[in-house]
Amino acid sequence: MSFINYASREINCKIVYYGPGLCGKTTNLQYIYEKTNPQAKGKLISLATETDRTLFFDFLPLDLGTIRGFKTRFHLYTVPGQVFYDASRKLILKGVDGVVFVADSQEARMDANVESIRNLESNLQEHGFDLRTIPYVLQLNKRDLPTAVPVEEMLRQLKYKDEPVFEAVALKGIGVFDTLKACAKQVLIELSKK
Amino acid sequence: MGASDLIMYEEEFQKIKDVISKLRVDANANVVFLVDKNGQQIAATGDVERLDTTSLASLTAGNVAATDGLAKLIGEKEFAVLFHEGEKENIHISIVSGKVILVVIFDERSSLGLVRLRVKRSSEELSRVFQQIMEKTERERASGAAALDSPFAEITDADIDALFNE
Repeated sequence: MSFINYASREINCKIVYYGPGLCGKTTNLQYIYEKTNPQAKGKLISLATETDRTLFFDFLPLDLGTIRGFKTRFHLYTVPGQVFYDASRKLILKGVDGVVFVADSQEARMDANVESIRNLESNLQEHGFDLRTIPYVLQLNKRDLPTAVPVEEMLRQLKYKDEPVFEAVALKGIGVFDTLKACAKQVLIELSKK
Repeated sequence: MGASDLIMYEEEFQKIKDVISKLRVDANANVVFLVDKNGQQIAATGDVERLDTTSLASLTAGNVAATDGLAKLIGEKEFAVLFHEGEKENIHISIVSGKVILVVIFDERSSLGLVRLRVKRSSEELSRVFQQIMEKTERERASGAAALDSPFAEITDADIDALFNE
């Protein structure tokens, strides 16, 4: 749910990074935070456990620039990926404008990827969203690992509609900004259609 | 999308700012801000320069969302008021019209009782303003014409691409 403020000429949108535990959602945000101009970002907030597993959410506000005189801000959130944090994932999805699904390319995590997409679909429905129509990007992360499943097989199992797909190595930043830009673009295009 | 976008008009924005400014003075508070339930800051007044209000807004919304979840688990509709007591400063959080979060940060120069009293009155005023916003948005939608200068009226792919060119 975007927030359009005609008085202060701002548009605020929300993108949520989703995926199974340890797939690289937080790593995506950390990389974006490190590489973004200080003027264009706020603080990266991470509500995490002592072992750095996301407990509630990560949050990063970004200024993407001006469009038609309106300052465009995106709020990036990650959800906790571990299975038992489903109640928290539902809360973070509230008011979402676009979703990035971060898939873990390791063979041993394919079942977790599939389950997580189903979980995303179901949690979106609870909020009245439809994964078939919401702005959505698929990121295939950890492409550098030796056990990475071939891309074609990952697409066969995980591609949901005709969403943009990006191969990534989030730790090194590969594919991270491409993914974000693609999602942000979709969100703005969707807003422009309304 | 599951919910309508929140649109803030100039006239109503000024009314909101006036209400929360008055609340800050009447409650002897340091900061008053308004956040939507998705974590977007709507308006803020007071000693805000020292605060990261964007993070505050997001964390407040997360706090309220988590508390809402707790409420439903025990059979309550919601916990409409939250209060966090600190050593020097305190935070009073309340829900307005079920949609918007009103946050008051105060210290020893005020009191919980005074804040609660003033918040009650301001909540009623804010509810009326948000109702006006909803009605205005509905009228705009129903008329089908952009009486406002919509930022998206003539947006092109090139405009969006330009945003992402480094």
